Amino acid sequence: MRRSASFTESFRELGLLVFIIVICAIFQIRNRNFLTLENIQDLLTNTAILSIMSVGMMMVILTRGIDLSVGSTVAIAGMVSALTVQFFRGISPVVSVVEAVAVGTVVGVLNGLLVARFNVLPIIATLGTMNVIRGLTYVVSGGAWVSSYQMSRGFKEIATGELLGVSNPIIMAVVINVLFFYFINHMRTGRQIYAVGSNPEAADISGIPRRRIVWLVYTLMGALSGLGGVIWVAKFASAQSDTATGFELSVIAATVLGGVSIAGGSGKVSGLILGTILLGILNNALPLINVSPFWQQAIQGVVILAAVLTNVLVKRNNQRFALRRRAI
Amino acid sequence: MVERSIRVERQWSWRTFLFQWEWLLVLIFIAVNVVNSTLSPYYFTADTFLQTPMTFLDMSFLVLPMTMVIILGNIDISVGSTVALSAVVMAVAYNAGLPMVLAVVLCLLVASACGFLNGLLMTKFKELSSVIVTLATMIIYRGIAYVILQDQAAGKFPKWYSALGWGSIGKVPLILIVFAVCAVVFGLLLHKTSFGRKIYGMGSNLTASRYSGVNTDSIIVIVSVLTGLMAGFTALFLTSRMGSTRPNVAQGYELSVIAMVVLGGVSTSGGKGRIAGPLLAIFIIGFLNYGLGLVNVQAQVLLIIVGLLLILSVLVLNVRFGGRYKRSVPGAAKKLATQEHPSEKSP
Amino acid sequence: MSDRILELTHITKTFPGVKALDDVHFDLKHGEIHALIGENGAGKSTLIKVITGVYQPDSGQILLDGAPVEIHSTADSQRLGIAAIYQHVTCYPDLSVTENIFIGHEKIQPLTRKIDWRDLHERAGQLLAQLDADFDPRALMGNLSVAQQQIVEIAKALSASARIMIMDEPTAALTARESEDLYRTTESLRDKGVSIVFISHRMEDMYRLASRVTVFRDARYVGTWNLNEAKREDLIMAMVGREITQFFPKRKVAIGEEVFRVEGLCRTGFFKDVSFSVRKGEILAMTGLIGAGRTEVCEAIYGVTRPDRGRVFLEGQELHIANPAQAIDKGIGYLPEDRLRQGLVLEWELSKNVTLPTLRQFGTLGWLHPRKENAITQELAEKLDVRAASVFDLAATLSGGNQQKIIVAKLLAGTMKIIILDEPTKGVDVGAKTAIFNIMNDLAEMGYGIIMVSSEMPEVLGMSDRIVVMREGRVATILETSTASQEQILRAAMPETVHA
Repeated sequence: MRRSASFTESFRELGLLVFIIVICAIFQIRNRNFLTLENIQDLLTNTAILSIMSVGMMMVILTRGIDLSVGSTVAIAGMVSALTVQFFRGISPVVSVVEAVAVGTVVGVLNGLLVARFNVLPIIATLGTMNVIRGLTYVVSGGAWVSSYQMSRGFKEIATGELLGVSNPIIMAVVINVLFFYFINHMRTGRQIYAVGSNPEAADISGIPRRRIVWLVYTLMGALSGLGGVIWVAKFASAQSDTATGFELSVIAATVLGGVSIAGGSGKVSGLILGTILLGILNNALPLINVSPFWQQAIQGVVILAAVLTNVLVKRNNQRFALRRRAI
Repeated sequence: MVERSIRVERQWSWRTFLFQWEWLLVLIFIAVNVVNSTLSPYYFTADTFLQTPMTFLDMSFLVLPMTMVIILGNIDISVGSTVALSAVVMAVAYNAGLPMVLAVVLCLLVASACGFLNGLLMTKFKELSSVIVTLATMIIYRGIAYVILQDQAAGKFPKWYSALGWGSIGKVPLILIVFAVCAVVFGLLLHKTSFGRKIYGMGSNLTASRYSGVNTDSIIVIVSVLTGLMAGFTALFLTSRMGSTRPNVAQGYELSVIAMVVLGGVSTSGGKGRIAGPLLAIFIIGFLNYGLGLVNVQAQVLLIIVGLLLILSVLVLNVRFGGRYKRSVPGAAKKLATQEHPSEKSP
Repeated sequence: MSDRILELTHITKTFPGVKALDDVHFDLKHGEIHALIGENGAGKSTLIKVITGVYQPDSGQILLDGAPVEIHSTADSQRLGIAAIYQHVTCYPDLSVTENIFIGHEKIQPLTRKIDWRDLHERAGQLLAQLDADFDPRALMGNLSVAQQQIVEIAKALSASARIMIMDEPTAALTARESEDLYRTTESLRDKGVSIVFISHRMEDMYRLASRVTVFRDARYVGTWNLNEAKREDLIMAMVGREITQFFPKRKVAIGEEVFRVEGLCRTGFFKDVSFSVRKGEILAMTGLIGAGRTEVCEAIYGVTRPDRGRVFLEGQELHIANPAQAIDKGIGYLPEDRLRQGLVLEWELSKNVTLPTLRQFGTLGWLHPRKENAITQELAEKLDVRAASVFDLAATLSGGNQQKIIVAKLLAGTMKIIILDEPTKGVDVGAKTAIFNIMNDLAEMGYGIIMVSSEMPEVLGMSDRIVVMREGRVATILETSTASQEQILRAAMPETVHA
């Protein structure tokens, strides 16, 4: 029986699912309030931002790239929309959302320009923009915060409002994931993203617009970060210049955990969702079982390392298998 | 057979001598100082030039090994976290009763161990690029620091310890002396020894270096350990100057350090650059920061400037060196992975 | 109305220093499978590159369906209905077979925004069925064997309505069983009216597949035969029969005792049960077809890769080499096959290149002595007659032959006991070739044991004392050069027949 990559992927997803179930069980035993409807909704709302942004990060990593600037983008988009609301209270929340997405898109376009057009290494380009944007966030805000009473109720309801009993962020996350699933699996440009990551040289020869696609994924990542930004500041009812510091690492962790290969070209939406949920649980539920939140970062790092090493070992095994088949 | 003589004397020309990146940096350095002097009447004193470096030299220890890392064609974003972890361990150990001298040694050991782990991961798993390895360890190391110290501060060090970061021998700060020594050591290592030659070789052509008998694995591990060790130095001096430490120290150091190296003319595609450039870049950014302080500009603005400097330097260097697309992916060691593990991929 | 779909006449293609095609002819009839054979370097690949538009001929004409055409790029050739598959498949390993077939062929994908997967998978399935392939189009390309990947490549060509298919040594990386499947697919292809140019070294299978065969030799067209009339011996004679005009320096070297030996060397998937020995002052040639495993064996000896089984002995002592550094230390030198990527740091000066493997000699405890480096480089470069102005010239500025000499200088800078040269005269002009042969003789005289991997028959017969012929990862035979013939070698190098 040939061990295939898709078999391994399904195995991985099954593993994630099992792990989630097991963890939920453990958590539930330790704290009977874990699996209540209220808590679950709370958990999912907190994870919504992570999910929205991991969609973007998946596209970036698919193309063999990485984006460290998403945390800063969240901050600036959130800050800009919060400041606008502070000074124009009557503004519709829809406008705020559009504004934040626009800000994020600008950052994304900038990243895309550096990586796709000027061939700057993604790590370096986004390390630079991460700090430039963070600094700009500070400058734009003048060092001041925007706090709850300065925000309109409509604005805050971007995150706290509900539709049919489900909170807005969850709905947005679901919609985006569904759209993303459709895009990446059933549309030509989406498939080309996979192609660019799977074999960039072949993509060039095939006539696939590699540079444009790379630019696109960073732009989309920026836009999604912008959306994440406005939800963030609305949810926490506060916009500060150090908002979402380090969040990019969580986003990367969720994506990698979800089976998106850091080498590019492979990864499934189903895995992404599972990985995001699992990381969301780890990030949010630890206090519920009396694990200090200070373990969060270490756990995230170990998760990334483990996920990435597993990928490598599995690949090596597959290759050994393939070589043995050659029957020299 | 025709008798042909091949020249062994170098030909020297003014043109090649002057057209070097480092001269540009010298000009920029002079410009920064000129601007600064307009902001403060007492600028051009020996005091300014001796005391100011104290404020930025703690981070500068990292620039030395990072230069080697980038010449190798790799990158290391875990340095800030290594600083944090080794500082935290030192502080906690001291407060738990360990004699300060031993705590200092422990700090350096932990830092070197962090570097060693990086090197080990990179050489045992060549499919992984230095980006992802150091990204993971960056999170893990600082994560451990948080587990140990949470959101507390640890300090109350003996008096002599603060002399490390604040003290001077005569008029010259101790930190400057130690840094100068380290800079000389690294400079010699890089430019005058076979070790340095091999680093350049690996950065230019990893495969050919391997075929030529360069033990690429041990070079990577050694450079990683050196990086860790220098992070330990940074931890020592930083903690000494601050008087205490927390798990969130040295945040953002990786940006500044990488920016200094790249500004110094070391191309991210590997195999190029000299120690002099990053050294000049350290002082450029350091004095620039000082100048900004004179005008009461916030520290966050410095972030913007350093970020822009990083991006601009890379852009200019890419153009200058022809921006090889093939090398737009870091992690030279991964290419070796195609030898034993024919599936070549990694960002 | 010509029955020829493709015709090339008077095609000449020259590169600096070497003539790749010298007034050659080739024609392809509608619906035929036409075999093109010849030794490595005979010009077959160059001809293919001319047909697919990678190269433009210096002179000559290409006729498609009787009308002259100009093929300036691969896109041009694709548009004209020409497709090609090679030994190594370029594909998207993470995408499915269906996607690999249809990606980049935008006119085939439905122009609605949504991809109609069902339709695509179905069409892919049909294409595969036409080629008698039995795997699922939904399978990931990376999971398929090389043979299956090649079938997908063929399907891709079919989907682009290719009329001419070129198959350039597609079986070189396949097992006998897999080749059988590929040949069946090829026949299905022909039955659909595609005209096929098939390059392969497996003569028996050529007899089975092709109706005509053309032989190239030394960039020249030798002749075309109908396969039912051509005898195997005649074809081999046509491939190798030549006067050896190259001057091979005479040597009188006393061959000493055994200096190097390998026993039962194995590396899963690459080679098996390789055993041979080299004596002092001896030149042992290693020859065989592409893919036979020669370079892999050498790299395993040199420490670039590690064998799974087997033993290596140097001067009677067993060695365990983990990496090239150790190999050099013990006295094994290697001139790699890929000069530019493996042999030199092109951005470096000559002196730095020459001293890289032996830096320890040119320094004290790690401290370098550039003057010593420059001196030895000058000495060796002059001895090897390298055309360079100074030791500070960048390696990239040298010609191929001179670059090769610098790599040899690298080996001479240290103390070696055996030297492995992998295709030492590949891409080197005639003058430099002779120089390299002289160097090899000098080395043999000095007592080195030399292993020379080569695909050029005259070179193998002219320079060596014994010949190891490799075939499909194994040692087929070891011959004494004095009694060996080109036919003998080629016959040994070619794979066994599949049928009795």
